[in-house]
Amino acid sequence: MNHQRIAEEVFVPHRIVMVAVALGLVVWAALALRWDWIPRYYDLAVQGIWRTLWLLGLSCLIGFMLAVPLGLAQAAGPRFLAAPARAFCTVIRGTPLLLQLWLIYFGVGSLFPQFPWIRESELWPYLRQAWPYALLALSLSFAGYEGEVMRGAFKSVAGGQLEAARSMGMGRFAIFRRIWFPQALQRALPTLGGETVLQLKATPLVATITVIEIYAVSSRVRQDTFIIYEPLLLLAVIYMVIAGLLALAFKLLEQRFNRGMVG
Amino acid sequence: MSDWLYALWPGLETSVGLLSLQPPGWGGNLLRGAWASLQIALGAFALGLLIGTAGALGKLYGGPVTRDLLSVYTVVVRAVPELILILILYYAGTDLLNQALRAMGQRPVEISGVVAGIAVLGIVQGAYATEVLRGAIQSVPRGQHEAARAYGMGAVQTFWRVTIPAMLPLALPGLSNLWLIATKDTALLAIVGFSELTLETRQAAGSTRAYFTFFLAAGAIYLAMTLLSGRIFGWIEARYRRGQAAQ
Amino acid sequence: MKTLTLLATTALIAVAGLAQAQEVRVGIAAEPYPPFASPDAAGNWVGWEVEIIDAVCTAAELDCVLTPTAWDGIIPALVSGRIDTIMASMSITADRMQTIDFSDPYYNTPTVIVGQRDMEMDASPESLAGKVLGVQVSTIHQAYAQAYFEGATELRTYQTQDEANQDLAAGRIDATQADSLAMDDFLATEAGACCEVKGAVAPDEAILGAGVGAGMRKGEDDLRAAINAGIAAIIADGTYDEITARYFATSIYGN
Repeated sequence: MNHQRIAEEVFVPHRIVMVAVALGLVVWAALALRWDWIPRYYDLAVQGIWRTLWLLGLSCLIGFMLAVPLGLAQAAGPRFLAAPARAFCTVIRGTPLLLQLWLIYFGVGSLFPQFPWIRESELWPYLRQAWPYALLALSLSFAGYEGEVMRGAFKSVAGGQLEAARSMGMGRFAIFRRIWFPQALQRALPTLGGETVLQLKATPLVATITVIEIYAVSSRVRQDTFIIYEPLLLLAVIYMVIAGLLALAFKLLEQRFNRGMVG
Repeated sequence: MSDWLYALWPGLETSVGLLSLQPPGWGGNLLRGAWASLQIALGAFALGLLIGTAGALGKLYGGPVTRDLLSVYTVVVRAVPELILILILYYAGTDLLNQALRAMGQRPVEISGVVAGIAVLGIVQGAYATEVLRGAIQSVPRGQHEAARAYGMGAVQTFWRVTIPAMLPLALPGLSNLWLIATKDTALLAIVGFSELTLETRQAAGSTRAYFTFFLAAGAIYLAMTLLSGRIFGWIEARYRRGQAAQ
Repeated sequence: MKTLTLLATTALIAVAGLAQAQEVRVGIAAEPYPPFASPDAAGNWVGWEVEIIDAVCTAAELDCVLTPTAWDGIIPALVSGRIDTIMASMSITADRMQTIDFSDPYYNTPTVIVGQRDMEMDASPESLAGKVLGVQVSTIHQAYAQAYFEGATELRTYQTQDEANQDLAAGRIDATQADSLAMDDFLATEAGACCEVKGAVAPDEAILGAGVGAGMRKGEDDLRAAINAGIAAIIADGTYDEITARYFATSIYGN
């Protein structure tokens, strides 16, 4: 889209009015609502946003790495691999993430007193903290949803291509790496962007297991100052900005990917 | 074989006792919670369909202002976490409604938890339903629509008799997905203290300290709900597709 | 269709209910807080505070309805009119009084630090430095810990005190700061064997408040007067002591 077209789309009379109304709302919000708490919580908020992004990025990465074998097992694996992979995706997609999170954090925690040796193990410093459980729950959730997507993507690559590659003498791994996986990825990419935004929207749940990300920071503002709506509104804006940036990034990624594939 | 199971889960029998339907078992509470979740999910799904139908029609046939406003609605709802929308709508929604009523000289109303839950989740569902239904309506061939009009059917009649039956098979996979989201999103109402399945589970787990038992049991109930409704949707889809041309 | 009918009827009932007698929605925390208020296996709320609410409402001739509300959002719920009063072991503090009004106090409990048995500590900031302290969200304990311990001590914020206790038993946190009356209940359980009371925190009435009272929206003086009268009445006629004796060994009214 070139600049002229963007200009044409924005400068339609009704859009100018709508933008003006929106600006008016922003000005009203800035003047009529309380924002004096922002400087005091600025540092905490930056840390919170950083933790949200970090949890999002890492859990999507781990989740995707799990999703590839999960999808492959379901699309082409033998039954003893396909069935558990399918069961895993069904369970993850069929239960609320909040419940999974609490099961992983509090359920596992309730086992610690029965096994004293856990506290002497090398992993204990990590097991004590909340973020590993949050990361685990978010990664498994992403793997469950994306595993389903990858299953479809692997299945949709035409069998003829794989046969042709085999007849050319390519090895199994080479076929997967050079032909099967790239094409499946290209097919999964449009949904991958959407899934990542959904994952972003799931991150605030980890505040319920004591991880201090951006949502937890806004709750703290509410508790300290008894200001109810302003932190929530700002929080909504922050999530919208992150979601917008993610959508943009995936759009660019898709364009690059498609150029290499089709052209 | 079962030794390690008992070691991992000491008091398997206790767990069964905790889940029994009669007090002192907490199973009855869980089922009551599941029923509340189901009611809210059904209500929210129905409300979402209503909003979604209106939204899809507005996006397809509405004026430029309607279309832009609907875009704002769907973009905002799809970018902001449900939890935050629920908090904003749950607290601010009641507040604004009552302020508006007071301004009009009416008495403030009390909004029960069920109604608030349905309204909040329905608004979230509506945004997704708008997109699903818009896509489905768009993919109905124009010719069918035009033929109906040529036979003298009015706009409303065409919509009921031609557009809806033709687009439903296309919309069903998306709608079944939305229903699954509705059942799972009810869990978020636990955070505002509405006693549905997840909160009942949390209360039972907190009171008895049997966290594993209750979270697993609740997971099983949710899974049963989603699997069963998946079957039902599959059945509806098969029925609707019967009369359709092969695609 | 059925759901719509249900929706409509529920809305109607909600509106009709209001037109009748003045119903007072008493907000209690939806999270279990034994021995004050927790749900039992039959789905009923039981505990000392639940009985006190019942007695106060009867004495004040109020038509009370228990309304479990998320503790984390209980003040927003009051301010936005979802409930009419909070009786959920909420301490009367200066901070809260900027937003809401309080009745006279109806109980008082010391604030203690409960920690792992095998760890040396007391309730001082120096001794808690480098340790992990769990507190419940939106409580005086969170406010106090943020004022006195945060920085040197790692704070973990829980939605419910139960979950903090659970993590204390699991060893994920070294200590928790909470009401001593509620902690006694936990320490008596099997899971509570891990831990003991390490001491009471240094007093700070500005943060810890002067006892627990019923909260109501600012300016609702009639309701406040009614609840105050109810509290005075049950103390005068012995109901208060009778209920307390069934839950605690000593008086918890404070002075």
